[in-house]
Amino acid sequence: MSDSEFKPVLLGRVGRPNSQTLASYRADGGYEALAKALKMANTEVIDVVKASGLRGRGGAGFPTGLKWTFLPKDVKGPIYLCINGDESEPGTFNNRVLIEEDPHQVLEGIVISSFATRSTTAYFYLRYEYGRCYRVLKQAIDEMYANNLLGKNILGSGYDLDIYLHRGACAYICGEETGLIESLEGKRAWPRIKPPFPAIEGAFRRPTVVNNVETMACIPHIMKHGPEWFQTMGIPKDPNNPRDAGSYGPKLYCISGHVNQPGLVELPMGITARELIDKHAGGVWKGRSAKAVIPGGISMGFMSSSELDTPLDFNGPGRVGCLGLGTAAVVVIDDHTSMVDVLYNACRFFAHESCGQCTPCREGTAWSTKILERIREGRGKLSDIDTLLEISASIGTIPGTTICGLADGAAWPIKTAINKFRGEFEEYIKSGRRSESPVLAGAH
Amino acid sequence: MVKVKVNDIEVDAGPKDNCILAARKAGVEIPHYCWHESLSVVASCRMCLVEVGETKPDGTIAMGPKLVPGCQTPIKDGTVIRTDSPKVKAAQQMTLELLLLNHPLDCSICDQAGECYLQDYTYKYGKAHSRLDEPKLQRMDKYHIGDQIALFTDRCVMCTRCVRFTREISGTAELQVVARGSHEEIDVFPEEPCNNKLAGNVVDLCPVGALCSKDFLYKKRVWWLKQAESVCTGCSTGCSISIDQNENKVYRLRPRPNPEAQGHFMCDEGRFGFKYIHDERRLSTPRLSVALASGIESQRKTTSANFAPDLNFADLWPTALTKARQKIQDAIKADPSSFVAVFSPFMTVEEAYLLAKFIKGIHDKARLVLGPVPSVGVDDKYPKGPKGESPADGNVKFTIRAEKCPNRLGVEAVLKHFEGSVVRIESIAQRPNAHAWYIVGGYTSGWVTEAIDKAIGTPSLLIVQDIFPSPLSERADIVLASGSFAEKDGTYVNHAGLAQSASAAVRAPGEARADGRILMELAGRTGLFNAMALRKEIGAAIPELSVLGSGDLGDQGVRLVRFAKQATAAAT
Repeated sequence: MSDSEFKPVLLGRVGRPNSQTLASYRADGGYEALAKALKMANTEVIDVVKASGLRGRGGAGFPTGLKWTFLPKDVKGPIYLCINGDESEPGTFNNRVLIEEDPHQVLEGIVISSFATRSTTAYFYLRYEYGRCYRVLKQAIDEMYANNLLGKNILGSGYDLDIYLHRGACAYICGEETGLIESLEGKRAWPRIKPPFPAIEGAFRRPTVVNNVETMACIPHIMKHGPEWFQTMGIPKDPNNPRDAGSYGPKLYCISGHVNQPGLVELPMGITARELIDKHAGGVWKGRSAKAVIPGGISMGFMSSSELDTPLDFNGPGRVGCLGLGTAAVVVIDDHTSMVDVLYNACRFFAHESCGQCTPCREGTAWSTKILERIREGRGKLSDIDTLLEISASIGTIPGTTICGLADGAAWPIKTAINKFRGEFEEYIKSGRRSESPVLAGAH
Repeated sequence: MVKVKVNDIEVDAGPKDNCILAARKAGVEIPHYCWHESLSVVASCRMCLVEVGETKPDGTIAMGPKLVPGCQTPIKDGTVIRTDSPKVKAAQQMTLELLLLNHPLDCSICDQAGECYLQDYTYKYGKAHSRLDEPKLQRMDKYHIGDQIALFTDRCVMCTRCVRFTREISGTAELQVVARGSHEEIDVFPEEPCNNKLAGNVVDLCPVGALCSKDFLYKKRVWWLKQAESVCTGCSTGCSISIDQNENKVYRLRPRPNPEAQGHFMCDEGRFGFKYIHDERRLSTPRLSVALASGIESQRKTTSANFAPDLNFADLWPTALTKARQKIQDAIKADPSSFVAVFSPFMTVEEAYLLAKFIKGIHDKARLVLGPVPSVGVDDKYPKGPKGESPADGNVKFTIRAEKCPNRLGVEAVLKHFEGSVVRIESIAQRPNAHAWYIVGGYTSGWVTEAIDKAIGTPSLLIVQDIFPSPLSERADIVLASGSFAEKDGTYVNHAGLAQSASAAVRAPGEARADGRILMELAGRTGLFNAMALRKEIGAAIPELSVLGSGDLGDQGVRLVRFAKQATAAAT
């Protein structure tokens, strides 16, 4: 399927009048997938999702169906499904559009997923800043209760489900699944040590699945059109790599930064960054060229201008030294921008958002920010570059020094910026210049 | 038992041990801050990072690709732990450099200096300089965090041991973490200071100088302190403690970990309740009434003003003890059943044995009774629930007992052996039928109630062995100034029949003497008081106390046979 033939799936209803209402969703065939799923056994639903190769859209790209099978088999008492709507990766806004414009698509996915995972309670964790999302979702959930799509005996199937809408309190770390669970329980969002994984002991010490909003939005379409349809889109498995799960399905790409038309586009997985910028975002603004591109949220690190032909699937960014696809939030940085400023801004964000639990992340993020602050003030030393690299190499779950991946996300921008733009950093420090540009937009 | 290898040292470790405990058994230290045996695992300080691998069936070793926290990582047969690889050493250096980034390095004025894990680990595993070129974060010290605790905020390493203690052990949850990232601080809610009865433990738990005891603050450099292993005499829990003293002054008590007694902690009542031992009102010289001193008994007066002030220094104790022995012998021979010796539950087993044996050796009919057993309220159990309620029986982690004395069971065992049964002084107070009394006190504060005062009255012989003046000592014929718990060697038997040995930390004030030494001389026994020798003798003489026979009770004590059986029955 070529890009030009591609018809948006997840965004198919976005922009239509009254796209948020149940009536319009039903008129477009909504909740047929739910009715279909409720007639199946829950294990059959899991098998369908597994067969589709759907991978979590939240950032890590873990196969969704496989995650569901980690729930213990014979469990007495409740299982919980948590929906991660704490969309706080800088540059990411696909959940927001999905919820604001087509909430029933997400909610249908949640009901099907809850049925598949045998959850009778689902918690929708929504970031606090999304006020409109909250109101839209609340209205949609009320509509569902009124129409027997939630509550007792959904559509006469005998299956019961309640959805609770929970608003966060503005912290990046609440997007980490165990941080989210802690926050949901009313505690400080300090990610938990694993094991036990949430599938065994999650929210309120019960087996729990945490899934992203966009993942949920994919579920009704998979149930409706079948796994084979889902696999017609995207990049297939690498036959030479048995551990590759492929990158199937449609993906929402958030494009922002120095482009002419920032926005949200839906494309099959695997488009290259260059194509995305040139064809779908109107190119780099002011006739300039891109110096660096963030493939999937700032925590994934930077791609240089020579790496723009990298396909943005689950494996592509990793091949050019980035952490991964992340949330597919593409941020374009033009050639007039100083990488020192960009990196400073990234570090400042992570220093502000580090939950402060693990020493390396708590102190490392703050220290790197201080160093960059000094460099920007014209008092940098060449040895600072190696210090920054050493900090970035020694924080995160990849070396094993932190509990959660926030530190990896803090380390990757440093690593990639310095490895790919080292000359610029050295030149900046040697010139002794003071950064004239104001501090870029901060975490708030 | 599982076999693990720590830096090529093979060792048998417990199946539930983590890497830190397994390494400890191999004699290898894995540095750590946040992990503590009696608190939950959070694995957040990242000081205990190690490399871990497993031994494959074919004997090859597969090391894991990442560093793992030793506190969180379980072991199994064939686990290989490396704490000395370049990767581990680099991580340790980095963690310490990061911990010290915003640390003020004010060791010279820090109370913790000398027993600080930040100092020790930096010396052993860190590096000598920091690459930080920017100003450090500065934060306000918080003296309001508790009545007994001060927080030096910028020394904190955010291990959260204190927070977990108040949540998991005391259950009172006053302490918490506020703010985020490197701006994080430990704090309390406004107007809700950390004043629970176990609060002092957070000072011991703090591995650095962040939480300090206000009581001890700036009083003494810790390297001048000498430790004596002892037992807290505040209640019948009998917490194992260490008495820290310098130049004959006790500066602080700290709990000594003992799973058999109380675990890792002690209550503030015990921790700060030792001040009475340095009270200037304490009896510091033995005294005779003027009548006894001058030999003119008809001139006997009962006020302290009349006590002989001019006994020669060298004659004090010999005179007092010779007189006492002679008077006791005379009184018992005249009418044995009207002689009563009152035993205090603050006495050690050895002291009770010496006195009982001496009295019964003169005449079998002389009576031995147990003095008042102080008791306040009911047992106070922790962790408290959200509304301050006591925990269910299985979940109790610490108990402050209502019985405010250390050795009722031990003294009772001696009394039962010599007297046949335990007679409480309260039961004979109405009709004591006694003309001569030998009374042992040693209580932490005034213990002579009106009833006891009246029961004893003004007998023909009154000898008081005590640490504080009381109405009885004021009118006694002989007052023997004795020692407090910090001044004596001996054995205490706690509420659960655990016999623990305590050793003296300081000398008794002035001319006062430890009770054991007084009683040895009174009983006319030769040689010095030696608790270990006496334990051997007691073990052979009193079946209930047979476990003392080994003499050495170790640092965790031994359980009396009767209680050991109960414990086994409860466990099975």
